[in-house]
Amino acid sequence: MLSYIAHRMLQLIPVLVGISVLTFLMLHLIPGDPVLLFAGDKPLTEARAAVIRHQLGLDRPLWVQYGDYAGHAVRGDLGRGLRSQRPVLDSILEVLPGTAKLTLTALALAAAAGITLGILAALAHGTWLDTAVMTLAILGISMPVFYSSLLMILLFSFRLGWLPATGQGGWERLVMPATALALISTSVLARLVRSGMLGVLRQEYIVTARAKGLAGRVVVLRHALKNALIPTITMLGLQLGALLGGAVVTETIFSRPGIGRLAVDAILARDLPLVQGTVLVAAVTYVLVNLLVDVAYAAVDPRIRFG
Amino acid sequence: MAIGAAVVLASVVSPYDPIKTNQRAPLEAPDHAHLMGTDRLGRDVFARVLWGGRVSLSVGVVAVGIAAVSGTTLGLVAGFYGRRTDSIIMRLVDLLQAFPGIILALAIVATLGGSLRNLMIAVGISAIPDYVRITRGTVLNLRDQEFVLAARVVGARDHAILVRHVLPNVTAPLIVLATLGIAGAIITGSALSFLGLGIRPPTAEWGNMLADGREFLAHAWWVAFFPGLAIMLTVFSINLLGDGLRDALDPRLRL
Repeated sequence: MLSYIAHRMLQLIPVLVGISVLTFLMLHLIPGDPVLLFAGDKPLTEARAAVIRHQLGLDRPLWVQYGDYAGHAVRGDLGRGLRSQRPVLDSILEVLPGTAKLTLTALALAAAAGITLGILAALAHGTWLDTAVMTLAILGISMPVFYSSLLMILLFSFRLGWLPATGQGGWERLVMPATALALISTSVLARLVRSGMLGVLRQEYIVTARAKGLAGRVVVLRHALKNALIPTITMLGLQLGALLGGAVVTETIFSRPGIGRLAVDAILARDLPLVQGTVLVAAVTYVLVNLLVDVAYAAVDPRIRFG
Repeated sequence: MAIGAAVVLASVVSPYDPIKTNQRAPLEAPDHAHLMGTDRLGRDVFARVLWGGRVSLSVGVVAVGIAAVSGTTLGLVAGFYGRRTDSIIMRLVDLLQAFPGIILALAIVATLGGSLRNLMIAVGISAIPDYVRITRGTVLNLRDQEFVLAARVVGARDHAILVRHVLPNVTAPLIVLATLGIAGAIITGSALSFLGLGIRPPTAEWGNMLADGREFLAHAWWVAFFPGLAIMLTVFSINLLGDGLRDALDPRLRL
């Protein structure tokens, strides 16, 4: 087990390097001269441009610049935001808890609802309940987060006046964004769990268990579920990534502070260091989470460890 | 599943409408003379939904086109030539997948700037990994099978083998992936436009129409409601279509 973990962590390193290279390159891939971003409002003479370029080290060979970038990044220095001149990392860490709370709540909701619905649908296979759940699931996948959020705001905030539409703090403000976010993931998980369960229920060892006379529910819960859940674990990791992406939209709509909103505002303001920083942090987080998921996967399914 | 196909066709009707997007009729008004009301600048929402459909759908289709073509080529090359080429390509794919979908597209748009073309590129690139994996998987399966070896013995050249023997077997899962991919691409594209990072007003596009309507949600709900409904219905029918295709092609899928 430990060797598996070590192995995976080693594999992580080139990926992390790759991520940092890509985010670093963002500055150099933009159309136009990067110096313009840092020039501010005053008109830019050739001389001044040269000075800025030198100050920022933009006149050095690319790989030297990258080394500098990476070296700083590893130490937590992601540069300063262009507008606020605050260290990027500080800005990010400030809003990270908000996003984490939102995303994790949504994931929990989605997991609970999705898995339950999936199991129900599988057990009710062929009946109207199955079809109903599945159709709702496809509908859920089809509804963009921003639409479901707006609909919820329309209904629950404006028409019914039950829940506040913006800001953060308190569960009433968490409910709508988390639910809107969770909708898609719930549907995805429900479908996955259902097909997994159906596949497993048909297999021989289930028939054996039934023949042995074990009560139906025991059969379902102990045997079928454990096996059907294996791909679900992987999916949870992937869904977290999707939820991070969805958080970008949800935070904007509900005016909640968070990484997503930070990134969007940064992009609109052409604040590239901040954008680079947020993308880097988001990607690194995602990769780490997937590592955890893979480890969990290996813990549950011995075949992975030794295969 | 036929219902799915029919509804998709209905949303493709959008190209056939005159350019009514820039009328300056005064109102912000209700639902009667105008089927779906008018927006802030008095433009007919219905017409804009139809015209915006053209834009949103084209983003979806082109993005998937980009992803499918590049992804399939990479997958074929990776699977067929194996070893180092495979390693390199798969590393790149892993790298792409290290970024959550929207965030990757977001980063690309941030770098290149918001425009129709860049939006298509961004969404396309973020979709590539799936195509590479599926194609590569199929190629790996088929590579050592008899008909490929036979073709080699006869002296067929590499790319001929790839195109004439391997490719037909990949098409089934690819079609399913592409269909479902269009649905996803439409959502991602409109999400980015909604945030102001893709297609900007006054060009009508479902995403930015929703953003526009967001301000008036309390008293002019129709401005946001209908474009959103359009997105949902289109994506829904495409998903149905894709699912139907997948079920139909299933027995022939030998992944």
